[in-house]
Parts: sequence; C-alpha cells; structure tokens
Amino acid sequence: MSFSRRDFLKAGAAGIAIGTFPGLAFASSELIKKKGQRVVVVGGGFGGATAAKYLRKWSKNKIEVVLIERNANFISCPMSNTVLGGGRKIEDLTMSYDTLKKKYGIKLIKGEVTAIDVEKKSVMLADGHLRYDRLIVSPGVDFMFDKIEGLDANVANESIPHAWKAGAQTVLLRNQLEQMADGGVFAIGIPKGPYRCPPGPYERACQVAHYLKENKPKSKVLVLDANPDIVSKKGLFMAAWNELYPGMVEYRPNSMVMGVDAASKTAKTEFEDVKADVLNVIPPMRSGVVADMAGLANVDSRWCGVDFLTYESKVHPGIHVIGDAVSAALPKSGHMATSQAKICAAAVIELMQGKKPDAHPVIANTCYSMVSGDEAMHVANVYHFNAEKMAMVSAEGGGVSAKRSEMEGAFAGYWLKNILNDVLL
Amino acid sequence: MKSFRMLLIVIGLGLCSVAQAAGVDKHARNMAASCSACHGTDGYSEGGMPVIAGMDKALFVATMKDFKSGARPATVMHQHAKGYSDEQIEMLAKFFSAQKRK
Repeated sequence: MSFSRRDFLKAGAAGIAIGTFPGLAFASSELIKKKGQRVVVVGGGFGGATAAKYLRKWSKNKIEVVLIERNANFISCPMSNTVLGGGRKIEDLTMSYDTLKKKYGIKLIKGEVTAIDVEKKSVMLADGHLRYDRLIVSPGVDFMFDKIEGLDANVANESIPHAWKAGAQTVLLRNQLEQMADGGVFAIGIPKGPYRCPPGPYERACQVAHYLKENKPKSKVLVLDANPDIVSKKGLFMAAWNELYPGMVEYRPNSMVMGVDAASKTAKTEFEDVKADVLNVIPPMRSGVVADMAGLANVDSRWCGVDFLTYESKVHPGIHVIGDAVSAALPKSGHMATSQAKICAAAVIELMQGKKPDAHPVIANTCYSMVSGDEAMHVANVYHFNAEKMAMVSAEGGGVSAKRSEMEGAFAGYWLKNILNDVLL
Repeated sequence: MKSFRMLLIVIGLGLCSVAQAAGVDKHARNMAASCSACHGTDGYSEGGMPVIAGMDKALFVATMKDFKSGARPATVMHQHAKGYSDEQIEMLAKFFSAQKRK
C-alpha cells in the first residue's frame, strides 16, 4: 500500500498534536545534546546541503549544524535527463555526504522528520528529537498524485515513473526505453506550472528522442503539455525538435493528463486517451510535505511564502524555507536553490549574532538544457531584491542562448562539476 | 612629540588595515557566491570554466564591461554582466581579486 500524501499529512498533524502536550514530546531522547548555537537543516538537496556547508564556512565553524536527510547519497536532478539519453549513468550524478561531515564538521543524520514542534523549537524523528535555535527547511517538491486518477507513489515506482527526482525512477525509465520495441511511443505528461525545473520536461523529450534516433528510429515522442505553450526556451526547443529529430517529436499543448491506466499505459486527457509503450507522467507539484508539519505552505496551501532578505517563513519566525518549496517569481532550479541557500545562511549567521542581514541580496541563475549527446543551450538571469515589492526581481539583460551549441554542451558539464563541488566538497 | 604623533599615525594605519582584513564586505561576498555554480567556490573553478579567484581587479572590471557592452562576445556572460551595476561589478572585482590563487 502506498504511503499517500494524505497519510503523511495525518501523521504530521498527529505529531504536532503530541507536541502540544508538555512532557510527551520530550519523552523521546535527544539525538545530539544541544550545547551551543545550533541550526538544524531539513533536506540535503542542492538547497539544504549548500545552506549547511555555508553556515559552517561563513560562521567559521562557530554554529553547530545538523543536516537531516533521508537518502544515503546525494543524486543530482540537473543533468539526470542525460541518463535517459545515454550520456551519463546515474552513478555519475551520485555523490557522498562524507566531505560535508569530515571537512566541515556538519552532523549528518540519516532519517525522516516526523513532526516539528514550533513552540519548543524541536524536530522529531522516529528515534528521537533535535532542538534548534533556527530551522532551515529545504524540502524540495512532493507530487500531487491525487490530481491524476489511477496514479500514486506505487504506480510511479513500478510502471509509470515520473523520474522527477533523480534516482531509481530515472533508471526505471531508462530501462523501459531500452526494452521498448522500435516503432513504439514514448509519451510524457507535463503538469501546469509552477513545477521544478521549467525547461526539464522539454529537455527530457530531446534526450529520449536522442536515444530513440540512434537506437529505435521508427519510434515517436509525444509531449502532452498541460500548459498552453512551451514554458521555457521555446524557440530553442522547437528548433532542436525540428532540426535534430524531424518527424519524431509531436507537441500537444493544453493536454493535461487527468488520469492513467497503468495496465495499458494509457494517459487520459480532457480530450483523448493516449496509449503509449513507455509512459512518463510528471504530476503537479507542491512544496515537500515536511513544510506542512509546521504549516509553512501558506500560498495556495502549496508553496511557502518567505522574506527574501532572510528566507524566514512568513508563518513562523525562526524557521527558514529555501529552494523549490519557496513561493517566488524565481525558477525552481538547482542553481537557484544554492543561491537562496547562501543568502539564507548568511542571514541566519547575522541574526544569530543580533545583527542585520544583507539588505540588498543579488543572486544569479544559469540553467543548461542538453538537447542531444553534446549540444546544450541555457537561460541565465540575475535577480535583485526590490525593497518596494519585497521580492526578488529579474534584472534587464538576462535571457536564453542565441542557439544551441557543442560549446554550451561542454559548459553544461563544467557547470555540473563546479556546482556539485560547491555544494558537497 | 613629533615622533609620538607619527607613532599614533602608524598604529592608526595598522588598525585600519586589520579592520579591513577582518571586515570582508558581506554584501559583495554574498553576491559573488552566486557565481560559484560555474566558476567554483570563491572563484576556484575545478575545471572548464575560467578561474576568477585572484583575477586582477582592473582586468575583471574591464572584462565584465566588455561583456556588458557586447565588445567581447560570449555565450552567457553578456547576459549576467548586464545584471550588475558598474558599482556592483567593482565590488565583485574587489572580492575575487582578494582571493589568493591556489
């Protein structure tokens, strides 16, 4: 039986309820005795791992940092579509957390948070709790399976992978492509925005087409997009489809997948039933449900509103939210999560000394999309804090590549190497 | 008396430079931190992209201004350069030039 979001929310609500009875919450053992100033970071993705590292680096190791992560290793979502194309193996995108522990003295706990006690400043795990002075939540996204009839976490794990968190489902999707006969149909369902990595689904269509062109050239890539048009890098993706994969990629706008039949690999939109050989439905997204354990998702019950000087939650002072879970006019990308994490870490260090944070944060984002084995294109922007709007606003002059190129394909690889070093080494 | 005043000036200068060394401009540091996805932590690129740690300050400013004006062609840097004011480019130049070359 799958562990649905609703079950998870119930468990979270129960945890909070327990937390309101004094004594009971602290019947559990304190996992690491709190002595000095401590920040607990929940989630070790691009955002959380960066926040943990930079808290140590910029506080000169004065602040104790505990990082809670449920997975044994870090797996990069950026560039994971190239596993489908064949350019990389999932192992190439997998990194250890060891250096964060050894070089930076970050205390890593492998586990899942079951509740957050806002009043007592404590997070609960299955085997105990951790107290904090400030909490940084970097929960990434979770999937709204209830929006697609017939789809749940189990179906996604076994037959219709979303593969929108790099890992086992990425490998499953690649295996399904390898097993597909020449002349088969690969269909991808793209949710309405906002979702993690705006250009990602279109990049995936390119990577799958790249694999099929070389191995199963009679096959089709069908893009079912819930959005009225290509969300990101439109002209560049259309050029890539037309010039690199002529006749192979078919794009259908306003085609929201509302249901699936797992047995027949059928996607159901408002207008039609589409039968595929390999079906990849990316469900609508929301902030990772950990955010609900402290009621942080205050925007449409989906995303977390924050103060952009500190990334402190609009709901609870002392709790910060970074990365894809944040409600902002910022792209939900790995680079953006690291940029937010650094502004947040810097602000937390200042706040813990009773000082004021940086009043005018400026952050940048560069996002590459691999459209073949060796060609890529990008979107790049700089964002400034706007004090009137209390928001991050895109500066003039940003934009996309003039054209895809092999040079940018090489740059995409260097980007991956440098950002992974920056986050984890 | 004169030598005492000199001594005070010398001590004063000394304190000044200590204060400057200790007082990293955190706004500049935070802004520069966003560059590391491509150029490496504090500008120490681990491969492919140019190392900008320890880059000459004037050269950094001139390069960014050439990206900004289009005088120097680029795939991506012309777009990033336009996102920063001349003052901010100066701050970034100061931060990266202060990083020691490894």
